[in-house]
Amino acid sequence: MAEAEAPPYPQPRTCPYQPPAGYREIAESGPVLKVTLFDGRESWMITGYKESREILTHPNLSSLRTHPNFPIVAPRFRSQIARSLALIAMDPPVHDTYRRYLNPHFSLKQVRRMRPEIEKIVSGFVDRIIAQGPPADLVPLLAVPLPSLIICRHLGVPYEDHEFFQDASGKVMLGTEEESATAAQNLVDYIDALVTEQIKSPTDGLLGRLVTERVLTGDIGHEELVSIALVLLIAAHETTSSSLALGVITLLEHPDQLAKLLEDRGRLPGAVEELLRFIATTDLVATRVAKGDIEIAGHLIREGEAVLVSGTLANRDAKFHERPDEFDVLRSDTHHVTFGFGIHQCLGQNLARLELEIAFRELFTRLPGLRLATDVADLPILGAGTVQRVLSLPVEW
Amino acid sequence: MRLHADRESCISGGRCMATLPEVFDQDDEGIVVLLTPTPAPEHQAKARKAAYLCPARAIDITESPTPD
Repeated sequence: MAEAEAPPYPQPRTCPYQPPAGYREIAESGPVLKVTLFDGRESWMITGYKESREILTHPNLSSLRTHPNFPIVAPRFRSQIARSLALIAMDPPVHDTYRRYLNPHFSLKQVRRMRPEIEKIVSGFVDRIIAQGPPADLVPLLAVPLPSLIICRHLGVPYEDHEFFQDASGKVMLGTEEESATAAQNLVDYIDALVTEQIKSPTDGLLGRLVTERVLTGDIGHEELVSIALVLLIAAHETTSSSLALGVITLLEHPDQLAKLLEDRGRLPGAVEELLRFIATTDLVATRVAKGDIEIAGHLIREGEAVLVSGTLANRDAKFHERPDEFDVLRSDTHHVTFGFGIHQCLGQNLARLELEIAFRELFTRLPGLRLATDVADLPILGAGTVQRVLSLPVEW
Repeated sequence: MRLHADRESCISGGRCMATLPEVFDQDDEGIVVLLTPTPAPEHQAKARKAAYLCPARAIDITESPTPD
């Protein structure tokens, strides 16, 4: 039987928090199908919820981006730095060893200790928004600087450098191929100098702790710590920032749901989970290559073939979610693969949840009557196949 | 119901502790600590949910045979 032509992937969103219309066709050909990438190569794509969980825990799925068949979804991911990222581009056993170095610093318990500090930081940002008065653009006033400031504090990066970090990590994720490579190299050079300082005299942040716990003990070297720090900075910035902005838009565009949430603030953690499911900020939750044959849902993925996992579609799999396309802050089936599944599941997930929860609480409590100052269709959006983003978010209250 | 949590495969996602803190905790390394292997009847549904959400599939559940 001739196979249907592989549809193009990724496709740009037209609504910032909804999948593009073309993904319907992809979902209908799922849960496992082939898609065509921008460079003309084909890749397997997983769109089913159950199948996503299954393949992301399969021992033959590899994250090694140096593999010649590793799928590249946008030109900027061709760079050498993108191909050698710590943790993200690693397989066991090295991945697991690195992950264990970092787990204590991002565990749920550890993150909960950061709540008062994050509350204070968010409150300061909202003070400035109120002082400035409407209309205010929540992207530069909150969504971008909040995760940036928090990860810089957590790592122990000097505050005066956080604008450089914010700008450079934005370019790594969202710039053109050349901008992305240059920005990544600038970040590496900067972190390199920072690590040299920390090895001389470790301070109290995560970088200093890793120097004491892992570099001075001989577990890892200078280069490895630079690589880890780079990933932590990049991963922390864009995803949380975009989820915050898209979350605000989604809540404002669903006033009935926002009202239910404001009736009882105890519903906030559940609402954050539903937002994570519904907006699927990263669109794609995994890019991988098979290092051995994988049988899944009646298909045979052969060794050396490329694999993508669509978080957007898995999160809306009607077999596992009632009314999957409906945003419902009270739903109990909020389970999602937005943070991934398996050994690579997001290290910073609990930090991201906490930042979002505190930001939504503070915004909607202190700015009652918050509303978009422009039509949602007019918001400038960016990103296809990776972090979905609005470039500005003007609001009034 | 009897629970087993594999501390070797745990990746510190904290989904278990967030779902059922009466049964699941984390140590200083962020690794799962089982507070009791036999959850109270009212905690069993959430124990199943915790096992389902665990990204590392580190939680095993042995259901008691139904008495009939």
